[in-house]
Amino acid sequence: MSIQTSATPLGRNDLAALVARDIAPGSFVNLGIGQPTLVSNYLTEEQNITLHTENGMLGMGPEAKGDEIDDDLINAGKIPVTELPGASYFHHADSFAIMRGGHLDICVLGAFQVSATGDLANWHTGAPGAIPAVGGAMDLATGAKDVFVMMTLLTRDGASKLVETCSYPLTGVGCVTRVYTDKAVFLIGPDGVQVRETFGLTFEELQALVPFPLVPFEEKAAGAVVGV
Amino acid sequence: MLQFIDTVGEAVAAVKDGSTVMIGGFGNAGQPFELIDALLDSGATDLTVVNNNAGQGDQGLALLIKEGRVRKMICSFPRQSDSWHFDAKFKAGEIELELVPQGNLAERIRAAGAGIGGFFTPTGYGTMLAEGKETRIIDGRGQVFETPIHADIALIKALKADGKGNLVYRKTARNFGPIMAAAAKHTIVQVSEIVPTGALDPENVVTPGIYVNSIVKVA
Repeated sequence: MSIQTSATPLGRNDLAALVARDIAPGSFVNLGIGQPTLVSNYLTEEQNITLHTENGMLGMGPEAKGDEIDDDLINAGKIPVTELPGASYFHHADSFAIMRGGHLDICVLGAFQVSATGDLANWHTGAPGAIPAVGGAMDLATGAKDVFVMMTLLTRDGASKLVETCSYPLTGVGCVTRVYTDKAVFLIGPDGVQVRETFGLTFEELQALVPFPLVPFEEKAAGAVVGV
Repeated sequence: MLQFIDTVGEAVAAVKDGSTVMIGGFGNAGQPFELIDALLDSGATDLTVVNNNAGQGDQGLALLIKEGRVRKMICSFPRQSDSWHFDAKFKAGEIELELVPQGNLAERIRAAGAGIGGFFTPTGYGTMLAEGKETRIIDGRGQVFETPIHADIALIKALKADGKGNLVYRKTARNFGPIMAAAAKHTIVQVSEIVPTGALDPENVVTPGIYVNSIVKVA
């Protein structure tokens, strides 16, 4: 097996850098709140990526600091941001039409669970008494051409978040195309879940952690993989 | 008939008990805080409020909820680190919640203003938020039927208005303003500046004055 690319698990920043490298030049991208936001730190000028934020902007720049902070210019996480040359503003219905209409190339989201067929659960634990809040998660999951998930492979209790069938309430059905974790990168497609690379463990060790059969990445399938 | 009103208190007198009120804003950007404070002072109660969130901290919508004036919230993201007033009312069973994915919320508001009777959307298909709703497979994709959200009143914030009620906004403070202005029977706008008719470039008007009923300038 030759898919292993790193001797140790990837940290959050290394993982963000890996996702950033995998985003095709010229893409329009939405980065979800939390860990996915780290990806923006590793996008290069040469990649010429345009960031979308669902509260009505394309061409979002880095987080605002000091004098740059403007209460009227925030991202979906309500953090003050900056605008880049060529930015545009639009109202909420247009912003979600951009998403739902399939105009975004990639969105990167966090997850509680992803299923073997690309179902996503990331908005609600379903716990009794929990107040549900969905925000734009279902729209993002459904609308982007490619949905990348960033998460740790295992819960704190050691259970795989990559599951045969999600036990948490779904955000979207069959929408996730890739899963970036600290232990491996998975490509989800019609032929099952392929392992593109592993970090700090072998394919066999990885397979022992995930409760359904994985497929080693084959070069011949590379043409079917979107984005790279 | 467009009216320019001197005080936020007079502007929100149009809100009656039992009204459905859309309130613009995403986070603090675009929130018409002065109009919301005036609504709090007005005493209007038994309200259904449409907003992306369900109030934050100890201001604005959060206080309306705390005072028991909101019967029902229609929103996408009620639970936040500082949504304690909503959380308490919800857990006590004292407020109704209609949770709507944010893009469906925006499109349902847009549909109301555009006279659309409903639409099929892939967002939410196969999830618990589509339970009980009509679904269809269209072009091979599961889609959910969603209906428009109408309102009696919209309270929004814009940057400038001209004498015809045309509005321009500022950066991400635009958010729900334009679609709420169109969806409500009576739209009340707070602006930072009122400019003479003709001073706004018609090419740059975001909300045409036809959607606006009352304008009040706030400091």
